[in-house]
Amino acid sequence: MLDLDLCSINDILMKRRGLRRQLSGVPGLQDLRVAVLGGTTTDEVVNLLELLLLANGFRPVFHQSEYGRFYEEAVHNPQVLIDFKPDLVYLHTSCLNLRHAPPLNCVESDLPKYLLAECNRYREIWTSLETNLSCQVIQNNFEMPPHSILGNLDAVASGGQARFLGELNVAFAREAAKRPKLLLQDIHGLSARMGAKQWFDWKRYFSYKILHTAEANLEIARSLNAMIKAIYGKSRKVLVLDLDNTLWGGIIGDDGVDKIQIGRETAVSEVYTAFQEYCLALRNRGILLAVCSKNDEEIAKSGFEHPSSILKLEHFSCFKANWEPKHENILAIAKELNLGPDSFVFIDDNPAERALVAAQVPGIAVPDVGSDVSLFAEVIIQGRYFEAVSLSNEDLERAALYANNQQRSAFEAQFANYGEYLDSLEMVAEIDAFQPVYLDRIAQLTNKTNQFNLTTRRYTLAEMESVLHDPQYISLYGKLSDRFGDHGLISIVIARKELQALHIDLWLMSCRVLKRDMELAMLDAIVERALENGIKTIYGYYVPTKKNGMVADFYSKLGFVPVSSADSSAAEGATAWTLRLADYSKRSKHIKVREYENG
Amino acid sequence: MANFTPQGVLTELQPIFEEVLEQPGLAVTRNSSSWNTPNWDSLAHIDLIEMSERHFGVKFSLNELQDLKEVGDLIDLILAKKSEQAPK
Repeated sequence: MLDLDLCSINDILMKRRGLRRQLSGVPGLQDLRVAVLGGTTTDEVVNLLELLLLANGFRPVFHQSEYGRFYEEAVHNPQVLIDFKPDLVYLHTSCLNLRHAPPLNCVESDLPKYLLAECNRYREIWTSLETNLSCQVIQNNFEMPPHSILGNLDAVASGGQARFLGELNVAFAREAAKRPKLLLQDIHGLSARMGAKQWFDWKRYFSYKILHTAEANLEIARSLNAMIKAIYGKSRKVLVLDLDNTLWGGIIGDDGVDKIQIGRETAVSEVYTAFQEYCLALRNRGILLAVCSKNDEEIAKSGFEHPSSILKLEHFSCFKANWEPKHENILAIAKELNLGPDSFVFIDDNPAERALVAAQVPGIAVPDVGSDVSLFAEVIIQGRYFEAVSLSNEDLERAALYANNQQRSAFEAQFANYGEYLDSLEMVAEIDAFQPVYLDRIAQLTNKTNQFNLTTRRYTLAEMESVLHDPQYISLYGKLSDRFGDHGLISIVIARKELQALHIDLWLMSCRVLKRDMELAMLDAIVERALENGIKTIYGYYVPTKKNGMVADFYSKLGFVPVSSADSSAAEGATAWTLRLADYSKRSKHIKVREYENG
Repeated sequence: MANFTPQGVLTELQPIFEEVLEQPGLAVTRNSSSWNTPNWDSLAHIDLIEMSERHFGVKFSLNELQDLKEVGDLIDLILAKKSEQAPK
């Protein structure tokens, strides 16, 4: 199978239609409705994006605006878009669509007026989309102008186009930071890395109004695909690394720690140092690092005691150095980190190991990095595996948190009785009705949690807001911390009142707090609020997906009894459960629970 | 490649047309055009040109693109470009 993240446009052009047919037949694809509002012809980008999304588990349906009518469709005639019901809108505009560029003789004091006018035109679009659709919007920023009329002065003069676009891009970034539904695609960066000569295609522009080369459109589609995966929680989370000739030069078992190549002394050792620095930078933004190496563990670990080693043992969330096959070790890493191997990227200089792991571990990304370590980082960047839609404090703290989890596991071994262990964690939960300050996180967690998720219902931020305000709903979020660290907001319940019954439409929890009895604390909170509302019976639902098998018997374990569902439209394998509240007694015994505290 | 006869070029164009027009076994001739060939719409046309240019390593000018109607035109154009490229 073609690696669509890394292959050339020529491979894709010749195989796109066949691949499209083949990938469309894969079962279990997730429907995704994408509206593309373009300032130039968008068909090629859409075709490429369709293929990439299909390869990533989506079944996209597209609506494209009439040529160049992105503003009109968004602002004056949004009904077409409203009827299309998009999950996502992509606004694809370029410097050719500017309406308020300053004249060459613009004076400095007038420049802000032009910027404001141009930016306001886009604000109108974004606001209209937010009001009418309340879905995620991706807007690209601007590439630098194809012709610098003023030469170098173009970036300096208040009438220069490069100057204007640069400032407009900053204004767009500020808007995106303020608007939770607006994401910015950095076409400025994409085009700069490719170079304007490889980016613009004037012959195709004047012939068909396609502004970009096929190569550029593939980069645009790949970057969009990465953003969409990130929105839906499909970005990867773990970088699994080989050691010998990947993190240092040489074979540590043969050469010894003193002879491996790492440091600043030679070009070769500098290459490995640079790659270690890149890995550490990923780790510092929340990507977990793991080692999977054929070595004796003690010898392998000694490599990180080398005085020039940038990476230290504590940077790794999991360390497997032994003589078992690598794919088995990777599955063991997945289990230990409580993450699916489809969130892993595996880097190894040895093509045989890469082929084995790619064949044996479903969903893992194994980019063909070759054997030249100076190019490894570039290949990983090109694969766009770790795209994020925002950088939360949680991301930045995640690496530290997983380190704590490892300590916790070691700690766990000392207790014979699990309850005693749970008590020793000194867990404190905050459980309460949805609070506006947490809505972003609630929507984010809802849309990316796949495993511990009873119904896998997705909600937009707007729908979450209405749940918060609608007295018909009982909504709950749960946060958990313990003596090792704060897990943040990790559980969500949305339940709907109907006379004396309460229907649990959504119940999910982050897998990082599995087996902590947090679900019991949540149940206690549901029951407490249900009783306050005169509820007599609670109904729970399980809707199976490819990923949520772990909670198939969740309600049964909580003491719910099965009921036959009257809903004939229910998904195959879906089950319904009920719990009478008459003689309910509190379940949670190991967590101290408190309510929302402002500040 | 390098079979630069009209028939040779047609043979190499054949799989490109089958792929773009999504018609395996399509009989492409010099007279094939958007008028008489199913699925040959303006978007398919763009892909046909793009992939022909890439396959043969040639670039057509705006004027040439404008006059390009039938497969025969495309073949002649490719042959002309390749002979310009050939070492003198």
